[in-house]
Amino acid sequence: MEKTPKWVDVALIPVLNLLIAFVISGIVVLLIGEDPIKAIKVMVSGALGSPYGWGYTLYYATNFIFTGLAVAVAYHASQFNIGGEGQATLGGLGVALVLLAFPWPHWSIALIAAMIGGALFGAAWAAVPAYLQAKRGSHIVITTIMFNFIGASLLNYMLVNVLRPRGAMDPATARFAKETYLPTFHDLPLIGQFFSKSVPANVSFFIALLACWLVWILIWRTKLGFEIRAFGRSETAARYAGISPVKVIMVAMLISGGLAGLMAINNVMGQGHRLVLNSVEGAGFIGIAVALMGRNHPVGVFLAAILFGFLYQGGGELALETTIPRELITVIQALVILFTGAFDNMLRAPIEHFFVARANAQKEA
Amino acid sequence: MDFATIIEILDSAVRLGTPLLLACLAGLFSERAGIFDIGLEGKMLMAAFFSGAVAAVTGNAWLGLLAGIGGSMSLAMVHGLASITFRGNQLISGVAVNFLASGFTVLIAQSWFQQGGRTPQLSGNGRFEPITLPGAEAVKDVPVIGQIYSNLISGHSILVYVAFAMVPLTWWVLFRTRFGLRLRAVGENPESVDTAGVSVIRLRYTAVAITGALAGLAGTYLATGLAAGFVKEMTAGRGYIALAALIFAKWRPVPALGATMLFGLLEAISNRYPNIDLGVVNLPIQFMQAVPYILTVVILAGFIGKAIPPRAGGQPYVKER
Repeated sequence: MEKTPKWVDVALIPVLNLLIAFVISGIVVLLIGEDPIKAIKVMVSGALGSPYGWGYTLYYATNFIFTGLAVAVAYHASQFNIGGEGQATLGGLGVALVLLAFPWPHWSIALIAAMIGGALFGAAWAAVPAYLQAKRGSHIVITTIMFNFIGASLLNYMLVNVLRPRGAMDPATARFAKETYLPTFHDLPLIGQFFSKSVPANVSFFIALLACWLVWILIWRTKLGFEIRAFGRSETAARYAGISPVKVIMVAMLISGGLAGLMAINNVMGQGHRLVLNSVEGAGFIGIAVALMGRNHPVGVFLAAILFGFLYQGGGELALETTIPRELITVIQALVILFTGAFDNMLRAPIEHFFVARANAQKEA
Repeated sequence: MDFATIIEILDSAVRLGTPLLLACLAGLFSERAGIFDIGLEGKMLMAAFFSGAVAAVTGNAWLGLLAGIGGSMSLAMVHGLASITFRGNQLISGVAVNFLASGFTVLIAQSWFQQGGRTPQLSGNGRFEPITLPGAEAVKDVPVIGQIYSNLISGHSILVYVAFAMVPLTWWVLFRTRFGLRLRAVGENPESVDTAGVSVIRLRYTAVAITGALAGLAGTYLATGLAAGFVKEMTAGRGYIALAALIFAKWRPVPALGATMLFGLLEAISNRYPNIDLGVVNLPIQFMQAVPYILTVVILAGFIGKAIPPRAGGQPYVKER
């Protein structure tokens, strides 16, 4: 059995799928009476044409790296974690509780504590669905969906009834202390001069890069990662090799939930400076598209997160400068998920067939 | 709490439970045929938009209904193409369908009506108005039975009665017809159906189409019965609650009626009493909203009876060579 070349799998097919998604989005733009070429120009100049645009693009990308990695880690253990949204919501609660609990003297110490808080709360929110899947066979997709809704209700309750400062009207926590504000790109040496004070991208971006590298080490360079991948490929084979399914599902899902929860250091600690309702803004779901697009590899996740960061920032600019609503981005996101995920075989089967046939022909010649 | 209040709450429960019931039965056909469907939410939303839009333009709720079913079925076909023809991941396809609907409806609504992603208010024949059943006026003052008949049973839109009629109809189709037997078989053991010379692909596409039609009814009821027009994200998670109800009902039509009406009742109660003081504990509204999801997790965990999905659910069928 000949295999298709690796570049076809990791580059050609994702790029073709992406192209189809964009072409269809372009047709949709045409249908609503707008100019797709102009739309692309507005998006590119708005998201990538200035340091200001990049400051937002990388801020969104930071969120998507965390949630994309979360989906990817679970996916290696053949678990479809659709609960990133809820885990990131709870992560926000963890970060807010940590930051409000103690007068932190410096942002660096506060950041470490907030990371622990966010990751623990995110992991805790993944723990119950993981346990039910591992021990009782309850379908993790359904339980994580349910936990997204339960998480939203829980956060709503906490903000309205517990964490809202006395006298305040809107359901949100008090502002965090100034000392805990993370340095933004404007405050950093060397690159700081290019970015204005208002860009939200902050040091969490570098934590996200570090997370990519650590996930790569975990999945491809440790025994645990080997167990996760082995289990993901074949549960029966893994069982036969003495790998405990309960352990793999639990560990993979806890790491996954922890990564999703870590996102809160960017959107809550780095940008919002207080916890509000729906601070996650769908980033948990975009993680699914990012992981699919990135083929569940940290490098792919990073690139896909930048792409979606660009789409998000560009989509915002589009809504400002044209009559195309932001929701165009939701459509593009849906098409990316559809073509790279659900319709994957549409291109893959004929392309693989072509390469196998060509390889066989060369061998005979 | 007097009797009239109880009737009022139950009446509200029926109205809120109806879209859940239709969506739940929609999911039942698909999942019984072995196609997981987490895209009920998107199909309902699409139907809500197209029914609202067409009813607003034509002033005819029936044309709206047709458009709603058409919108929902087009998404159902996308799901069918992904999960049956291309043998893709059905869960991922469902996620895509939901996002597609959520973005597409607002995009088109804005382009057609320029009202910030909603359709114009419906009135008159653009809506499915409440129907007064024969004799409802006459027996209005008869205590208990008369009140139940005229205030609870009478006075709903035609789609509510259709939804209730769908329960025995679904039961009959699934358990008393050859088609139903094959449909259930294809969800449990598609190889056996194939061996018997029946097309797995055609059966599954039929099931997915029925799902589209029923989810279309559910969405149409939202926009033209419960509300008067389409509003951005108006399904508000109902597709997921219907999914929860489907699991709660263990993929059976009659319990589906019970589960969806229970969840409708919970919504009706929390609309009327935001906070419920039980003396010992005070149940906040957020808890009431989370109850359907919590109950579903408990059921899935198998602590109160076990919910076992159709055995071939989620797996694409590959014909043996």
